[in-house]
Amino acid sequence: MTEAKKEKFIVPIGPQHPALKEPGNFEFTVDGEIVTDATVRLGFVHRGIEKACETRNYTQDMYLLERVCGICSHVHATAFVLGVEKLAGVQAPPRAEAIRVLAAELERIHSHLLWFGVAAHEAGFDTLFMYTWRDREVVMDILETLSGSRVHYSVNILGGVKIDIDQKLSDLIKKDMDFLEERTEHYMKVVTTDETFLGRTRGIGTLSRDRAKLLGAVGPTARASGVKRDVRVNAPYSGYKEFPVKMVIDQTGDLEARFVVRLKELYESYRLIREILEKIQPGEISTRIKRKIPEGEVISRVEAPRGELFYFIKSNGTEMPDRVKVRTPSLCNWGTITDVAVGHKLADMPMLLAGIDPCFSCNDRMVEIRSDSQPSQMMNWDGLRKYGIEYYK
Amino acid sequence: MRTDSENYYNQIVNKLKNWARINSPWAIHFNSGSCNGCDIEILATLTPRYDVERLGIKLQGSPRHADVLIATGPVTLQALDRLIRVYEQMPDPKYVIAVGSCALSGGVFDGCYSVIGDLNKVIPVDVYIPGCPPRPEAIIFGVVQLLDSLKKGKKPAKFVVPNDIPDFKLEEKSNGNN
Repeated sequence: MTEAKKEKFIVPIGPQHPALKEPGNFEFTVDGEIVTDATVRLGFVHRGIEKACETRNYTQDMYLLERVCGICSHVHATAFVLGVEKLAGVQAPPRAEAIRVLAAELERIHSHLLWFGVAAHEAGFDTLFMYTWRDREVVMDILETLSGSRVHYSVNILGGVKIDIDQKLSDLIKKDMDFLEERTEHYMKVVTTDETFLGRTRGIGTLSRDRAKLLGAVGPTARASGVKRDVRVNAPYSGYKEFPVKMVIDQTGDLEARFVVRLKELYESYRLIREILEKIQPGEISTRIKRKIPEGEVISRVEAPRGELFYFIKSNGTEMPDRVKVRTPSLCNWGTITDVAVGHKLADMPMLLAGIDPCFSCNDRMVEIRSDSQPSQMMNWDGLRKYGIEYYK
Repeated sequence: MRTDSENYYNQIVNKLKNWARINSPWAIHFNSGSCNGCDIEILATLTPRYDVERLGIKLQGSPRHADVLIATGPVTLQALDRLIRVYEQMPDPKYVIAVGSCALSGGVFDGCYSVIGDLNKVIPVDVYIPGCPPRPEAIIFGVVQLLDSLKKGKKPAKFVVPNDIPDFKLEEKSNGNN
């Protein structure tokens, strides 16, 4: 077929994607099995949150912005709150900052375990998916005991936090961290030694350091390619000044490296949580803040589980912000997908997409094979996933 | 598949179909603009701690194989025609479960320019599960409520193409190749 005519098929993925969570649409142009071009179309779950922020006051915005994403809701609120506090010239008490970091790290654990399960599912390794999600429930329990909700914790308030930890809870968390650490060691062994799994990850989707830098990759995707990019280390915010973290870096840049980096980050989170529980100082957990925020502009950056989360807030001196701009880490990483996909097999696409941990609050999935000469063919995400699994059998 | 009360044979077949449907409903999950919170909780119901498959409920990829549509999130303008298309692709009788505050009332996104509002404005909903997001137990309870009402002889709601949504015509949109 390649000799007769250079026929091009376009394989769109999305937006109604039955297999997992949210919607997004990609188009892969394929030559036989090999992907030659890739584009992304986003916006299926565009709700107009940024505009809505301008019609609500700062406290309401915090709850609204938590709902940008159901996986990393705490970091969104943290980024917003840190920005507003900077504008107001208010500093949250040290205990509040420590609790913010504690919640952020717990969230990172839940997010990485969730991603790990989903990625295993895309590889056809459903047993691993079930195991990780079973273990993830342990973190969900902690978060629920801590805040009262499994998903939108609402730990932050302007000027501090609204939850506190006591000795009983702290003991519980420590015990659970031990359990999770033991499980993570097991997963690490699976990821680095399991033959079938390595067949899907080792040497696939390699993103070189220069490309990662050029494309503006963030988070574990960038760190797996050797780019030293972690807001927690580069520009420590909130409690990370007091409780520093070690940056996890891998030089390989392939899918396996992304698995390893995320799992190693889990160890770092366990260590940090234990340290916080040991060293946290008693004291106030919130300070007063005026409803009207002084005029000004501020940029706030935090490290979400997926990478750098960026907030720009402009205040006009009233109770409501003049402008709020959100840039999520998933968006930065899409560029790497369209770049890395070229030259890979169609069967690798599910794993490649899962590899950047896409927060699909902005993307869909279903596949359509289109060409001028042939009738269009549709493939949904489930179909593509099965195709990938069959291909590697 | 309306019941034909005159025909004894049809009655038996329908009884059998209903029994099978209640024993193992296949569900499709659709996100029409949710933040992921509900979607993750739905996924969590499939995993070992909650394990909804023990009740015979299976999350199914294709709308053409599904009996129940589990929808999350407020309906965004972008997702609107997808939602209706997915709903129309499902074979009769079909039931809809709305999960989460957003699907119930638009939730925190009520009033956003890109959001139409709650699910009921677009497709008929049979069961509402409140919460932001609802716990997996609540989702399972909601599904069980639907199954109970089916046992009592609940009939599927009639779908009317929404005509009060501006700039939306279903006929035009469904002419495309997807």
